Amino acid sequence: MLVFLLIVTANCLLPTNAFALNVKKTTLQNGLIVLYSEEHSLPILMLTLLVKASPLNEPKDKAGLANLTAELLLEGTRHRKSTDISEEIEFLGASLDTSTSSDYTTVTLSVLKKDINKGLELFSDILLNPVFPQQEIERKKEIIKGSLKHREEDPSFIAERTFRNEVFGEHPYGRLTEGLGETIDSIKREDLIRFYSDYFLPNNSILSIVGDLTEEELNVLVKGYLDNWARANLPPMLPRVFDQTKITKIIKKIDKDLTQASIILGNIGISRNNPDYYAVSIMNYILGGGGFSSRLMQSIRDDMGLAYDVDSSFSTNKEKGIFQIEVQTKNKSAGLVISEIVKQMKRIQKEEVSDDELADAKSYLTGSFMRRLDTNRKIADFLALVEFYNLGFDYIVKYPVYINSITKKDILRVAKKYLNSENYVLVVVANQKKAALKY
Amino acid sequence: MKQIKVNLIFLLLIFPSTLFALEIKEHRFENGLKVLIIENHKAPVATFQVWYRTGSRNEPAGKSGLSHLLEHMMFKGTPRYGPSVFSKIIQKNGGTDNAYTTQDYTVYFEISSSDRIMLAFDLESDRMQNLTLDPKEVLSERSVVMEERRLRYEDDPQNSLFEEVVAAAYKVHPYQRPVIGWMSDLESIERDDLYKYYKVNYSPNNAVIVIVGDVKTDQIIEHVNKSFGHIQSGPLRKSTASSEPDQKGERRILLRREAEMPYLLIAYHTPAFPHEDSYSLAVLSLILSGGKSSRLYKSLVYEKKIALNVDTEYDGFNKDPYLFFLDATVFPEKNINDVEDALCTEIEKIKNRPPSEQEVQKARNQIEASFIMEQDSIYLEAMKYGMFEILGDWRLIDRYLEGIRKVTPEDVTTVAKKYLRKDNRTVGILIPTKEVKSEK
Repeated sequence: MLVFLLIVTANCLLPTNAFALNVKKTTLQNGLIVLYSEEHSLPILMLTLLVKASPLNEPKDKAGLANLTAELLLEGTRHRKSTDISEEIEFLGASLDTSTSSDYTTVTLSVLKKDINKGLELFSDILLNPVFPQQEIERKKEIIKGSLKHREEDPSFIAERTFRNEVFGEHPYGRLTEGLGETIDSIKREDLIRFYSDYFLPNNSILSIVGDLTEEELNVLVKGYLDNWARANLPPMLPRVFDQTKITKIIKKIDKDLTQASIILGNIGISRNNPDYYAVSIMNYILGGGGFSSRLMQSIRDDMGLAYDVDSSFSTNKEKGIFQIEVQTKNKSAGLVISEIVKQMKRIQKEEVSDDELADAKSYLTGSFMRRLDTNRKIADFLALVEFYNLGFDYIVKYPVYINSITKKDILRVAKKYLNSENYVLVVVANQKKAALKY
Repeated sequence: MKQIKVNLIFLLLIFPSTLFALEIKEHRFENGLKVLIIENHKAPVATFQVWYRTGSRNEPAGKSGLSHLLEHMMFKGTPRYGPSVFSKIIQKNGGTDNAYTTQDYTVYFEISSSDRIMLAFDLESDRMQNLTLDPKEVLSERSVVMEERRLRYEDDPQNSLFEEVVAAAYKVHPYQRPVIGWMSDLESIERDDLYKYYKVNYSPNNAVIVIVGDVKTDQIIEHVNKSFGHIQSGPLRKSTASSEPDQKGERRILLRREAEMPYLLIAYHTPAFPHEDSYSLAVLSLILSGGKSSRLYKSLVYEKKIALNVDTEYDGFNKDPYLFFLDATVFPEKNINDVEDALCTEIEKIKNRPPSEQEVQKARNQIEASFIMEQDSIYLEAMKYGMFEILGDWRLIDRYLEGIRKVTPEDVTTVAKKYLRKDNRTVGILIPTKEVKSEK
């Protein structure tokens, strides 16, 4: 049945009182925040560097700039060619990667303890000394554009891309992190160098290290490899507006020769710092985020046998988020599934959830927290995000308190406030003739 | 509490040099059920896994997908716990549960805080013996699996080609059929097929339990005994599958359908672990495609820019001889024939001249490091031991790493010559057809 519970996005953090993390936080002279947790059970080290550089910082006509900058870090430094970097890191059996999402970019290193010096030296080299070779820029652009084309083979990618675009409009969250063919083409080497020097700064970053390392060892390494990373002033934020006035029903139908309809239905969601985050988490769990415990799964999969998976999610970002219900069903069931989804949305907006549903959701959300911190990699990422979203390191203790304070009335209130069962955005990628939707 | 009579074997498995020592405790009950326990006290969590030594390899002809459909039905209740109750109980205790089916085995697992993990024991024990298999639920779940098949295969061009290539590579052995099952076979599966298969394959003597996490072995063994010790052994089962005759000539498959890019997939018949060649084949696979510094990436993606990505797949972790895969997605505007030629050139190269010592060492390092990194996760750790146990014995992990360490550059060339032969391969080519695209 392999449906994994995706009730929360990476930035949703769940805690317990049974499990305490020993975290040390220091801020270096250059402004870099260093979070560190010692963990000697395995001879490994996990590093996550979070840089506040993302599509939020790029102009629309250069969409993909943040992502391309991050990708190019691995493609040449003052000391190494692209091929040297991959050869050296792979020889260690280690991994060194970059990744850009809506709000930030991460550079991650996973390395055996015995190779920590070499690993950190490579990590600091790509971070501090990238040279953005023209040839590598061209190569990378072609690969990114090719991958985007390739992803068009995936109906849920098409649905997701279309949906985000409709919900967020002009806001950077509405576009692909990778950009589009034209915007990628318009990115010049100077843009990359400028973006890198504007945002890849110690005073704009959080470093999180978890693993087999003492504090003394850590201090020597950080001093040795990141001390001469120079602080600088950040450019002003780019102005952004949300066009909130035109909330109307939008239906996008995309025709492809498929056996299934890929459906996304939803609306604008909430930001990570919205105080209703916790009530929304519970409401979403009951509606469609709770895997086999959710209402949508119960009705659409278990009772009707119409889908392998159906889930709802609030993905929350720094500025805004998205609410979406996603499902795939054979073309001719598309209409039936959509009406069931809308029915379930209306139901949770009209009637209070039951005592059992509320209690079960609370016990799942509070009780599953420790599983989100059961590997060094997860802890490293968690710490960086707690810092980034300003949740405070007592968040682990506070989370169950927040969750347990939510009432049935709160659930009803947030369902009314944040679900739009009338003016939603609906995207259907399907063989439209067979789907034969009424609208 | 009943005294456990069975002998407890404590074994210390020491990985040589760089690898990390792990203490595995093995236990066998009189009904044939084997239990492996690894204590790991890093975080207050644990995983409980029940592995059945059965998969699509064990299905009768014409009933492909039976193992996987039964896996779905295992969540549909017993007289004691109704349909869909299982996961709800686990989840409201903060845990998560799931299952998956392969050609050779079927796994059910729970992960939760270690103080709640024992909740899963009675649930798993109950569905090992008392599955309801309500005909109405069978019909409904069959249609869920058909949706899963549409999602994963029918509407995924590259996975469709994979299915075609494997089906063409095997004529006799049950690896020919997809784990999820052919659509028409799925339609033919009835409640009785599931029941028969369940009765034969789901028994303590055909299962292994793996527990990893923050648990105390002595205590947990008592609980396992209480839940599973009384279950009667099932019938003895013959698990031989027809053996595939040698392939004597290249097979080529064309698949035309709506897709964005041409795609190439080549499969060579190869032996499975612990065959003596399996170690060198694993190293060969990494030299060809283990990262951006590997030969195929450097040649086809980086230098020639004719492939968008290129990969090989071989781990040898199958009960019977399986396949060594090579695949590449063609770069926009480039020619699939050039991609095939370039792949063949690289294969000829490694057949004619041994790789460098550095390349072999890099592959060894990658395998060893990944074994250590995986220990970061109790789930992956349990998966690894369960899999080796299914392949014969969890102690084979030791032999595997030892075998990898001994591979020489000459060994790599030897296995490349022996198996990556034209006559021994099936080549699949995906040709995108013109698509209809209209946006409203």
